[in-house]
Amino acid sequence: MVRIVTLLPLGDRALVVEVPALAGISARAMMRCLADRVTADAPPGITALVPAIESLTIHYDPLRLDYEALRFYLTRAIATLEIVPETVTEPVVIPVCYGGEFGPDLDDVAAAHTTTADAIIALHSATTYTVAMIGFLPGFPYLEGLAPELHTPRRATPRTAVPAGSVGIGGSSTGVYPFASPGGWQIIGRTPRSLFSPTRASPALLQAGDTVRFTPISAAALRALLEQP
Amino acid sequence: MIHVRQPGIQTTVQDLGRPYWQHAGVPVGGAMDLQAHRIANILVGNDVHAAALECALGGVALQFSTSALVTLAGRDVTASLDGTPIVPWRAFRVERGALLALHTGCRTTIAVAGGIDVPIVLDARGTSLRAGFGGWEGRAIRRDDQLPIGRPSSLSERIRDHLVEARLTIARWGAGPDLLPAYSDAPTVRIIEGPQFAELDDASRTLLLGDSFRIAPDSDRMGYRLSGHALRLTTPREMLSSGVTAGTIQLPPGGAPLVLMADRQTTGGYPRLGDVITADLPLMAQLRPGDHVRFVLTELDVAQDQYRRIEHDLARAQRALQLRFAAGTDGSY
Repeated sequence: MVRIVTLLPLGDRALVVEVPALAGISARAMMRCLADRVTADAPPGITALVPAIESLTIHYDPLRLDYEALRFYLTRAIATLEIVPETVTEPVVIPVCYGGEFGPDLDDVAAAHTTTADAIIALHSATTYTVAMIGFLPGFPYLEGLAPELHTPRRATPRTAVPAGSVGIGGSSTGVYPFASPGGWQIIGRTPRSLFSPTRASPALLQAGDTVRFTPISAAALRALLEQP
Repeated sequence: MIHVRQPGIQTTVQDLGRPYWQHAGVPVGGAMDLQAHRIANILVGNDVHAAALECALGGVALQFSTSALVTLAGRDVTASLDGTPIVPWRAFRVERGALLALHTGCRTTIAVAGGIDVPIVLDARGTSLRAGFGGWEGRAIRRDDQLPIGRPSSLSERIRDHLVEARLTIARWGAGPDLLPAYSDAPTVRIIEGPQFAELDDASRTLLLGDSFRIAPDSDRMGYRLSGHALRLTTPREMLSSGVTAGTIQLPPGGAPLVLMADRQTTGGYPRLGDVITADLPLMAQLRPGDHVRFVLTELDVAQDQYRRIEHDLARAQRALQLRFAAGTDGSY
């Protein structure tokens, strides 16, 4: 199978496989299949695979694996890669208390789109999103599928502290802050679900390719869930 | 235990970081200067993975509630033990109750035989400052923290016994100059071309590879902002986020390049001009705000040869120390 794929060194211990979006080919399906293949049969020396929206970054140790050897392996792997279509998985449900103290930018977002807060909530919680990639913070999902009517520029001045669990909109993306962090996204709600816990067997709740739905909950329900240990 | 009398500007527990969790968005973290960290650990008889303290600049004072074997490593280190000056890159004995003061430095490693005994989180002991886990309670150390020391290896015990028998506080041997990076306050650092290097306009390319940049004050463990020249691509462009690594030189819209360091995010969305080679990262790690740096292009195979040479040199240094203090050869075992 011939693909328009570019292999580029990223410094002396990593390599980027760039997979451009092409008509009829899901870059994500290809990256997932390539990542599975690399995990299964790559020569030893690979330390990490980092999927992004149209690229897969492969970190390796040059003591164990040469750039040319890795490049040779990948060229062959890509040429013979069988792309299995993505299986539709059950969405991970993330309860969100929208607006009020937990979503201070909800009214601004509604005003920016000359609509009501309720209409924003209805639209945001009606979509099934796909995790395009994990980055920015441990477990932070960049979610694809935000309705164009909800696309909203980041805040002119980022907040110095956004609480953990905050659900935000940044441009055409939506996501959830796993940790308290400075951040410039429009904060429309808060979830009690933990997106990342270093002590869990699987620390990140989500990984690239997962699907997600948001479901509205009341402030009382959020407070009750936040108080649980 | 180590009783923290003065924590300094930012002192964290660090090790070799978490390279295996980047798919989950976990920053690699770890010591900024991995060479200094490993040399310091080797000199006290530790495994290179042992956790040590990393101190930004100086002003650190530590009181030991047990005797210990310690090594300092980094650039421009001035330190004293109960008022007596101590040089870096050599193991020294600390007696119970002694006060170790780090007066000045850049990114100084303080390695203690047995390591700083904090729990392993996601395969490592280093502090993940932004996510608040790992290290000492997921944060920089504060005054009056009491840091536990792990059990020293038998090699550490033999090195210590050797110093006691020779009536030495500080070892006569240490890391030789050929093992140390060529630290400077204005180093020339080698980079490999990045994907958007060719998109720089001619003037910007000449500046990046010819002129010196200053390390801006808002530089930290995540990255260094470079001031002095604004760089431009011939055509500005929007990038999709993708993987980045230690030493990646990004170009944010303002035109001031940003060099990603230990606590960088796993992905970045700015054009990537190049990557500092691994062998020269210690030179970057030991720069202070106000210091200068120049970049020069090199090739990937040169960079990987340098990397392998340093790894072999470190492994050889460790073996040499193990042989010198092998059980039974110094008469005490």
